[in-house]
Order: sequence, then C-alpha cells, then structure tokens
Amino acid sequence: MIPAELTARCAAATTLAMQGGARPITRAIRSLVLVTAGAAALGGCISVEAPERPIVIELNINIRQEVIYRLAADAGNTIEENADIF
Amino acid sequence: MGTGMKTTLTRKLSLAAAAFALAGGAILATPAQAQRDPAYEAARAAGKVGERMDGYLGIVGTATPDLQRMVNDINIKRRAVYAQRAQAANATVEEYALTAGCIAIAKTVPGEKYQAPDGSWQTRTGAPPQRDSRCPA
Repeated sequence: MIPAELTARCAAATTLAMQGGARPITRAIRSLVLVTAGAAALGGCISVEAPERPIVIELNINIRQEVIYRLAADAGNTIEENADIF
Repeated sequence: MGTGMKTTLTRKLSLAAAAFALAGGAILATPAQAQRDPAYEAARAAGKVGERMDGYLGIVGTATPDLQRMVNDINIKRRAVYAQRAQAANATVEEYALTAGCIAIAKTVPGEKYQAPDGSWQTRTGAPPQRDSRCPA
C-alpha cells in the first residue's frame, strides 16, 4: 500500500526583502541601463541594398529529369494526336 | 406573354444545341485532318525548319516572311496544346514543352534538322540524335 504522507517538503514562504533581493530603487536603475543599451543597439541597423542588375532566374535549369519522365508518355500521345503541327 | 417567353427560351435552347453540335463536330474533325501541311512537310524535308530543344519549331537558315509565318503559326498552335495538356498534368508549360521537344527530336527522320544541346543545328542521321541529358530514353 502507498503510505499517505508528503513526498517533498517545502521551505516556508519568504518575502523578497527577507531573501536579501534587490531593492526597488536598484531595480529601477538596472532597467534604465538595459533600456539605454537596447536603444544603442537599435541605432546599429543592418542595411541591405538591392543589386543594380535585376535578378534573373533561369527557369530552364529548374526542370528536373523526374518531371520529364513523368510527362513523357503524355507528351508522346499529344504529339501523335496533333500530328499536323509536329 | 407566357407563350412569348417560352418561345424565346426554346429558340435559345435550340441555338445552344446547334452551337454545341458545331463545337463537337470541330473537336471530332481535328484528329481526322491530322496531317502535316504540304508546305510544312517540304520545309522539314529541305532542312529549312528543325525541331528546337524547347519543344518548338525553329528556322534553320535565313528566315523568309512566308517561312516565319508558317513557323509562328505552328508554334502558336503547339503552345496552346502544351498549355492545355500541362495544366491537365499539373506541370508548367515549359516543362511540358521541353518533354515534347525531347520526343519530337527523337522522332525526326534522317535528313531533318534538330537542335543539339549546345544550341547548334544538326542533321538527323540514322544514329540517335544528340539530346538533353534529361530526355527520357
């Protein structure tokens, strides 16, 4: 049988001051420093310039062999059905 | 009033039926006249036109207005067929056209011209044509 007792004990609750945490005025100064540092970081933006020549993507090289193999039978039928223009 | 509307409707229906019959006749008639035009056949045999890699017809030598018109006419028709079939096969027109080009080059007979992968015009001999490496066997 499972004994009915606590599996872990907790320390008694304490306030921030009791734990020796930072005082409100110290925290305010810290956050001010953080905000100033963040503003400085924003000033150093990365700028991306557009290339002078347009980007041309050669579609022909993107046609894969597997696509051609998939279409081969269909294209063969098309040529036979339209023999007047092939 | 009611009779007048009915007559109009009947007339419209019969017109639609007639249009349907004409369209159906045109579709059915197309395979029956599936023969190359004599001028096209002659230009192929003379090597004035050849099969391009991209699935369209090309002019091999100097382009005369008549030859240009004939090639344009055939290529417009080919493009229409490619577009229709490519859509049905869930492929792009370029993909379909390139595939058709592979096959059209393979089907050339000795003496006819075709475009080799380097872009040059070649005369088909009894040997297999030089084709794009992606072409199916």
